[in-house]
Amino acid sequence: MNAHKHKNENETMPAIEVTDLTVAYREKPVLWDVDFQAPQRQLLAIVGPNGAGKSTLIKSILGILKPAAGRVLVMGKGYRPQSRYIGYVPQRGSVDWDFPTNVLDVVLMGRYGHLGWFRRPSKEDRSFAMECLEKVGMADFTNRQISQLSGGQQQRVFIARAFIQDAPIYLMDEPFAGVDATTEKSIIALLRELKTKGKTVVCVHHDLQTLKEYFDYVMLLNVRRVALGPVKDVLTQDNLRRAYGGRAAFLAGDKDEDGTQNSKEASSVES
Amino acid sequence: MSSHQIDILFLASLVGVTCALPGVFLILRRVALMSDAISHAILLGIVLAFFMVKSLSSPLLIVGAVLTGVLTVALTELLINTRKLKKDAAIGLVFPLLFSIGVILLSRFAGDVHLDTQCVLFGEIAFAPFNRLMIGNMDLGPQATWVVGGVLLINVTFISLFYKELKITTFDAGLAASLGFFPALINYIFTALVSVTAVGAFESVGSILVVALMIAPPAAAYLLTDRLFHMLLISAALGILSALGGYFMAQGLDASIAGSMATFSGIIFFLVFIFAPERGLMAKLIVRKYKKWDFASETLAVHLLQAEQAHAEENERVVKHMNEHMLWSDDYTSEAIVKGLKEGVLKKDGNKLSLTSYGREKAKNILSKE
Repeated sequence: MNAHKHKNENETMPAIEVTDLTVAYREKPVLWDVDFQAPQRQLLAIVGPNGAGKSTLIKSILGILKPAAGRVLVMGKGYRPQSRYIGYVPQRGSVDWDFPTNVLDVVLMGRYGHLGWFRRPSKEDRSFAMECLEKVGMADFTNRQISQLSGGQQQRVFIARAFIQDAPIYLMDEPFAGVDATTEKSIIALLRELKTKGKTVVCVHHDLQTLKEYFDYVMLLNVRRVALGPVKDVLTQDNLRRAYGGRAAFLAGDKDEDGTQNSKEASSVES
Repeated sequence: MSSHQIDILFLASLVGVTCALPGVFLILRRVALMSDAISHAILLGIVLAFFMVKSLSSPLLIVGAVLTGVLTVALTELLINTRKLKKDAAIGLVFPLLFSIGVILLSRFAGDVHLDTQCVLFGEIAFAPFNRLMIGNMDLGPQATWVVGGVLLINVTFISLFYKELKITTFDAGLAASLGFFPALINYIFTALVSVTAVGAFESVGSILVVALMIAPPAAAYLLTDRLFHMLLISAALGILSALGGYFMAQGLDASIAGSMATFSGIIFFLVFIFAPERGLMAKLIVRKYKKWDFASETLAVHLLQAEQAHAEENERVVKHMNEHMLWSDDYTSEAIVKGLKEGVLKKDGNKLSLTSYGREKAKNILSKE
């Protein structure tokens, strides 16, 4: 009886629960008192202008950044990398693609958490990596030097590297940035497949136009939490205006304007 | 060849390998300049440790060097974190400060001891065979060989034990942190390794030239391979080559061995830079030239496709008039046509050009990408 009740709680608890999170760089808050819950088995987008703290939120959940205040719970517990609850996909631009290594090796890096210190990837890890590459349609590129990949291919490799982490929750920082339309479609198909397997996926996303089509939930963020909930409830003109500051109308209309507008916003945040 | 020469050659090769291995990660982490900073700043640690123990062969010198090496990195990061300075300026402020304190202490208090600035800056590998490690009456060879050999052992052990960890923290520090490998910790351990290497090698080649041996062989290896493990092996081999080549160059010129080694490592780098099979300057030029004619023949193909689709006059396809249509020089036009014919993109019927079916497919592909 008790065990049954416990199981129910496990299934309804948020995959990620962030309470009163404040993160600051040198006393300047990048995130102000953010509350955030990611429900299990959903695709959730974090959306907001540049400098809104989207990547910071993800890094704080992972413990890469130390919050000034607040608490992060992952599946009801404080997060430790050793729990291997979270597979992380950093921004594609955050790594050096001229690094002397090939596609298979990059995917295998996703396995390092399971291996722990000192142990090297085994034959099984390799065949698992091959499976993951097949899933993202990159099996023909196994031995390709990573500098020879296109942006879309790099992103697929990163997704394969997330698959091999075999985690219940995935945090992805702009998985659609700089990929062509075909790749974008295939990546979203992969994310949906993760969802049907019971995984929780949280993505930093930039394109307001595709939000409704791709995601179940969305959090609008601009240093503070603006809104959080199912996409259709959150995506109101009013909320967008609050997140993007009065420019929501043409933000929702045009992607390019979005980019220029955001960079302006970023510079004003930094100065 | 005398036994002294063999001693020197062996020691020089050891120094070459020992420096090249951590150098690979200095290059990949884009902190090559850090080796310069560390190799200078450790002078302070060495001098302080020397004053404490009054001996040049004490292991405490290495401890002192490691501590100042780590201190250099820590102070540099502290300055960068104030966001008032960029990294290069921070490095440029920290290491001369520590180094010059070392120089002042050395010139003021060390007096006539063996540790002088000349030796610290340029090393004295030529004298290494005279300072031998003796146990009882047994001659175990030059002391420096044992020191550098020990450092090499530390480097090889560390890099093989932490190979995977070094790789992931270098390539993707964010992922590494999320998986529970501590990039900052690895970075400090690595810094310690660079410091140990610098202190081990400085007696032989001095604190300035050690930088050349840490950077040039890995930088050359980087252009020769795209696998990390191969880069380590090639760097080590080029390190040895620099040592041997430098030694014989010094013999020929009757000049400083350490200086010649550093120069030779630079010569190797420039040869690789020019002649490397894929990433060398020559290879790049050849590819660019090749691509230029590729592009020219593609342009012709697209032009012919447009002409085909618009049912333009036959005139558009006449070989002789092609230069006018394209506004190209005669030579350029005929080169482009030759290239197109050779690639099977174009075919010639009498005096008119047309697309082969392969060429038509190719031109359509190019247009559909726009």
